[in-house]
Amino acid sequence: MSQTVTLKVNGELRQIGAAEDTPLLYALRNDLNLKGARFGCGAGHCGACRVLLDGHAVASCDTPLWAAKGKEVVTIEGLGTEEAPHALQRAFIAEQAAQCGYCASGIIMSAAALLARCPQPSEAQVREALDRNLCRCGSHNRIVRAVLRAAQEMSA
Amino acid sequence: MNLDPRTLDPAATASAAPAPAATAPAPTPATLEKPAPAVVIPAPAANAPAVAKLPGSLNNNRRLNLWLRVLPEGIIEVMPGKVEIGQGIVTALGQIVAEEFDVDLSRVRMVRARTGLSPDEAVTSGSLSIQDCGLALRHASAEARALLIAEAARQWNAEAATLTVADGVISDTSGRKLAYWQLDSAALFDREATGTVRLKTVDAHRLIGTTVARIDIPDKVYGHPRFVHDMVLPGMRYGRVLRPAAPGARLASLDDAAARALPGVTIVRDGSFVGVVAGREEVALKALALLRKGAAWSEGPGMPPTEGLYDWMRTQPLDSKVIEDKHEPLPGAVAQEVSLRYTKPYLAHASIGACCAIAQWNEAADKKQLLLWTHSQGIYNLRADLGLTFRMPLADIIVEHVEGAGCYGHNGADDAALDAVLLARAAGGAPVQVVWSREEELAWSPASPAMDIQVKAGLDAEGNVLSWQYQVWSNGHGIRPGRAKTPTLLAARYLDEPFEQFIAVNAPLASGGGSDRNAIAQYTFPEHVVTNHRLLTMPLRVSAMRALGGYANIFAIESAMDEFALMAGADPVEYRLRHLKDPRAIAVLKTAAARARWSEWDSEEHEEGAGHGIAWVKYKNSAAYCAVVAEVVMAEVVKVKRLVIAVDVGLTINPDGVINQIEGGAIQSASWTLKEALGYDAQGVTSVDWEHYPILNFSEVPQVEIEIINRPEERSVGAGECASGPTAAAIANAVAHALGVRVRDLPLTPERIMAAM
Repeated sequence: MSQTVTLKVNGELRQIGAAEDTPLLYALRNDLNLKGARFGCGAGHCGACRVLLDGHAVASCDTPLWAAKGKEVVTIEGLGTEEAPHALQRAFIAEQAAQCGYCASGIIMSAAALLARCPQPSEAQVREALDRNLCRCGSHNRIVRAVLRAAQEMSA
Repeated sequence: MNLDPRTLDPAATASAAPAPAATAPAPTPATLEKPAPAVVIPAPAANAPAVAKLPGSLNNNRRLNLWLRVLPEGIIEVMPGKVEIGQGIVTALGQIVAEEFDVDLSRVRMVRARTGLSPDEAVTSGSLSIQDCGLALRHASAEARALLIAEAARQWNAEAATLTVADGVISDTSGRKLAYWQLDSAALFDREATGTVRLKTVDAHRLIGTTVARIDIPDKVYGHPRFVHDMVLPGMRYGRVLRPAAPGARLASLDDAAARALPGVTIVRDGSFVGVVAGREEVALKALALLRKGAAWSEGPGMPPTEGLYDWMRTQPLDSKVIEDKHEPLPGAVAQEVSLRYTKPYLAHASIGACCAIAQWNEAADKKQLLLWTHSQGIYNLRADLGLTFRMPLADIIVEHVEGAGCYGHNGADDAALDAVLLARAAGGAPVQVVWSREEELAWSPASPAMDIQVKAGLDAEGNVLSWQYQVWSNGHGIRPGRAKTPTLLAARYLDEPFEQFIAVNAPLASGGGSDRNAIAQYTFPEHVVTNHRLLTMPLRVSAMRALGGYANIFAIESAMDEFALMAGADPVEYRLRHLKDPRAIAVLKTAAARARWSEWDSEEHEEGAGHGIAWVKYKNSAAYCAVVAEVVMAEVVKVKRLVIAVDVGLTINPDGVINQIEGGAIQSASWTLKEALGYDAQGVTSVDWEHYPILNFSEVPQVEIEIINRPEERSVGAGECASGPTAAAIANAVAHALGVRVRDLPLTPERIMAAM
């Protein structure tokens, strides 16, 4: 693969040896070893692969590399770590807001985008903001509580 | 509690030897508040039978060292044969060990299941993990603890009964101390369990019955590699499979030139099984798209009819069995006969993550070895089918469980595993990872069978049930691997030397059954006849999904009871109680009703179009009790506002774990009940993406309130499946209450409701 694409991921410039039409998801997972964004459908329907692109939560499975060039890509790994967790990550643990947890990172990225534009959302606003993220295990209500808890903590 | 440090470490898996664990941090010692008294193992009675029945999975995996190991650095390794499938089981199992073994939770490390190393506990299914594995670990831990204490007593020449244990450190009255890890536990545990050591009494529990945070959740919210999808092995390549144009179709011709021209692509073909292996994942996907264009397929043998499915099911060759045939004298005369028919469509597992596996063939000069990483629910069962497929000794196949996305039954995990193994044959010893597409996940995983149910009842003058005739038509609910003479895995049907499609069967009713699960109503009907008709044709591949037949059977039974209550002019709760004697059933019904303010409904204000309904189950007629009250509002669609649930799982191990499972089961069932039906046409399943298989979203999910009735004196049973059936019936009953119209065909879509009006 002779092509190289430069992306800014979690604050660092990274070189990716892949064609420009490669879905961002595979570059993140396989070239940069950032496994937090997960494949769910490949069509942007389920939200498991969501990352922030200039602050907007987008599906990385149907975002080609060329569309991410020159933009800030933030993945769940860039949102927070065990040493310095994001309020959402703390809140998800506090509320035990997962069963299998496969959808969790994509949902946290959608919630992070929501809280950035709407720091004090109502429960209905949280639900609406997460409607394009699917959860099959039925953790929805715990997830909503976790997002509201994080919002409260961030604005305290 | 610690995670398995070998997580995603292939080197540890490749050898059959136990993994080194020297890197584990020393846990912080914690002191017990109440040191438990020591226990001595009684000598077996002289007249004891040669092989005593042991509790739970200990019976088939009798050696203590299969389950537990004490490491020199003060870590207790636990090797359950049951696996994490998103239900939080490894946390609850660790809790059980820490309790009975008398160590702090931080000392417990859960080891991932691997063939040749872990006990063979068959399949993680049927809400049996707490019941079978948990019970085995409770007894194994209690016995292991007693052995260590007896050894300390021997060394000190002391009475074992005078010794105490705090966090794995044994003390005597003079202040001498010996830690478990200072004793030769390997020798002590190298023996069969006796099952004779008494478990702790409930009042001595310090961990069982408390909420312990799930050990796997931090990894998941920080985006750490955790799933088999996230594993990376040295030199790993990416595989994808080209599914046929229709189920059962054969590959007539294949032009693979365009796909082959892509960089690093290998085409794999074995009969009608076709796939690609590539060095990059997106290249494998491109190659697959090109292969699809170049493939021509024969017609498949056909799908079930799209119109008149349920009538067609009754015309198929059937294996019919009467499973209940009770004829007590009728206490009165039948005043009215009623016949009702209920149906449930094919459903998809529809996990958010697609199935995935990694396989690697190690070919040395003298033998072949197959390594496999999979989220299968049954590593030994999968290994058995791989042995059949490749005609190779089981000892040469090592299968290790690595977590996958949520698993709700027999999904495509085992099928994806065979895909990976077949593709890895062409990878020259490199590991190959296969990730299914969304279409494969929805359309090629085994589906949950369609079911057709007929209730015929004779009612007395007060409307009470005197006679109950119940019939079920369905495919069997099981094609799990490892149980048949031929492999049941998807790709096996398409090989150059193909294996025939296995027709789904039902497990024996005593083991939970299949389509007949919960078909025998738990009411006191004087005359009660139940017949199960299993289809002997299977054009759409089906197997077990959460609650199996218990979902549709409880939907039917509890809908019918509701209809009879309304016909009798009785309150639905009171009417059920008339037909019930089981105190635990009565308790969940009354608790759910009280919590939902059931009897205050008429005196309280409600939105326009509101209604409520109730239903309950004794899951599998042998396990958890669960009652659900649903509150709905009828608008353009059925909006479920609230589910109020009472559950009795016997002795509760981890209350939040139980609540999480019940809540998840109820919300998933609400989704099945309101929205879901697997679509298909003559060419195959048409529900190939989320637009064609919608599930409940965040805005549609109801509030859920759960009350646990803890029964420390009763055995612990699973919580994962019991909410599915009563949630469906409670919603249907609430719709009937709101509209005065009964919908007997799932799902309860606006079209179905309009048709019923």
